[in-house]
Amino acid sequence: MFSLEHITNEVQNWLSSNFSSGWVLVWECLIVIVLTTGLFAVLGLVLVLMERKVAAQIQIRLGPNRVGPRGMLQTVADTLKLVMKEGLTPDLADKFLFNLAPFLVMMVAMLLLAPIAFARGFQLWDINIGVLYISAVSSLSVIGILMAGWASNNKYSLLGAMRSGAQIVSYELSAGMAVLSIVVLSGSLQITEIIQSQQNGWWLFKGHIPAVIAFVVFIIAVTAETNRAPFDLAEAESELTAGFHTEYSGMKFALFFLAEYINIFIVCAIGATLFLGGWMPLHIGSWGGFNHLMDYIPSSIWFLGKTFLLIFLIMWFRWTFPRLRVDQLLALEWKYLLPISMLNLLLVTLIAILGWHF
Amino acid sequence: MSVKEYIQNVYNGVTSLLKGMRKTGYYFFHPKEIITQQYPDNRSTLQLAERFRGEVVMPHDASNEHACTGCTACELACPNGTIKIITRFDTTPEGKKKKALDTFIYHLELCTMCNLCVEACPTDAIKMAQNFEHSVFDRSKLTKKLNQPGSKIREGVE
Repeated sequence: MFSLEHITNEVQNWLSSNFSSGWVLVWECLIVIVLTTGLFAVLGLVLVLMERKVAAQIQIRLGPNRVGPRGMLQTVADTLKLVMKEGLTPDLADKFLFNLAPFLVMMVAMLLLAPIAFARGFQLWDINIGVLYISAVSSLSVIGILMAGWASNNKYSLLGAMRSGAQIVSYELSAGMAVLSIVVLSGSLQITEIIQSQQNGWWLFKGHIPAVIAFVVFIIAVTAETNRAPFDLAEAESELTAGFHTEYSGMKFALFFLAEYINIFIVCAIGATLFLGGWMPLHIGSWGGFNHLMDYIPSSIWFLGKTFLLIFLIMWFRWTFPRLRVDQLLALEWKYLLPISMLNLLLVTLIAILGWHF
Repeated sequence: MSVKEYIQNVYNGVTSLLKGMRKTGYYFFHPKEIITQQYPDNRSTLQLAERFRGEVVMPHDASNEHACTGCTACELACPNGTIKIITRFDTTPEGKKKKALDTFIYHLELCTMCNLCVEACPTDAIKMAQNFEHSVFDRSKLTKKLNQPGSKIREGVE
């Protein structure tokens, strides 16, 4: 059966039999860098195309269908165009911060990739505080956005960045609460252990209604954290031209654009890991035959399937709901999501203590 | 805000959002609903809506007769001077002089397809056609004469 764990073990064995331990580390680092960059490039192309196709279908249109078969090469052509374009820096901008910001946003996205388990035994860094690490690092991305907005010397950019700051700081709370409820249920912060705890069923089903509420709150909060519609006040095209990346062009703009989609992938991957069992196949209680059949599907397929399901859900939100006003955005968080998730956390704790979950 | 109102608010919000998602989800999973027409590729099978307005035409029947009395109601109704009607006086067999249409000049380059002329016409002499491929190399070609040469008003149209 196809297994990524097998391949990584083979590579590890081959390297350690041919090189000294220091060189093995260097080679493995290089392989990881190539794989991550490759994953980013492919994800950027695939997700942008997916977004455009989903948007078109939802709006009763066809979407890109001219470049390549059924428009499959549209995003490749777009990327080529962006590479060719001039990366302009405004005259009175803070040049150093202006050029640093897109790389900072990108770096945060890269760091978030580290603790994600893509398949059984296929994970970059399995730290025992995985979930804490994710929530800590993901709040760093606001610095890149604020930096871009401030350094652009443009009022639209600054307004967009400030909005983004207010939004990310407030939605971080309910996202954290939702993540915390799963931590309470599984009793661990380590990604592998959280996935292992879902061997006999995903937390979305095992945790009864509180887990479902936590899932909904999580999805809403991460949609806001990735600055996507209906929470795209930070770039609100109709009000702020493009918000914090108004002044960016060429490849620097492409990095922001790419980081947005990578962030969607990462938050959906985290959502899939916490609530839908990561790479764990769908197991229903004691249905031996069914569970055995599900085990035949490779774990990487399970992980990607769940992640893309959540990505589709977030895209579905984007093309259905209208944008919120700033006051509505903050009212939703502080008056609704936060109290609900606090109460919900209490319920989850009760369930975990009394052992009501399966 | 009472607790009951709060819960009511949350419930109303969630149901209305789900209603919206149901509609867009329906469109996503039913590609048959797509209304895009791949225009230059499907010129022969192009489907236009019945109310699509391409240009003003004056229908003539088999005996080269139209229904225009030359009343200039369309010319007066047109908001941007697209229509110019030139009339002449015909003598009826009884020897009376009668106003009749000489030339119906239609400036397609000025027309916004607002349909006001068609609505103003008391005898339904003009209507909107579906033809929309109007591009020409010379602007003067867009000034059209709508009544055909030698045509006359249909019997009985007043």
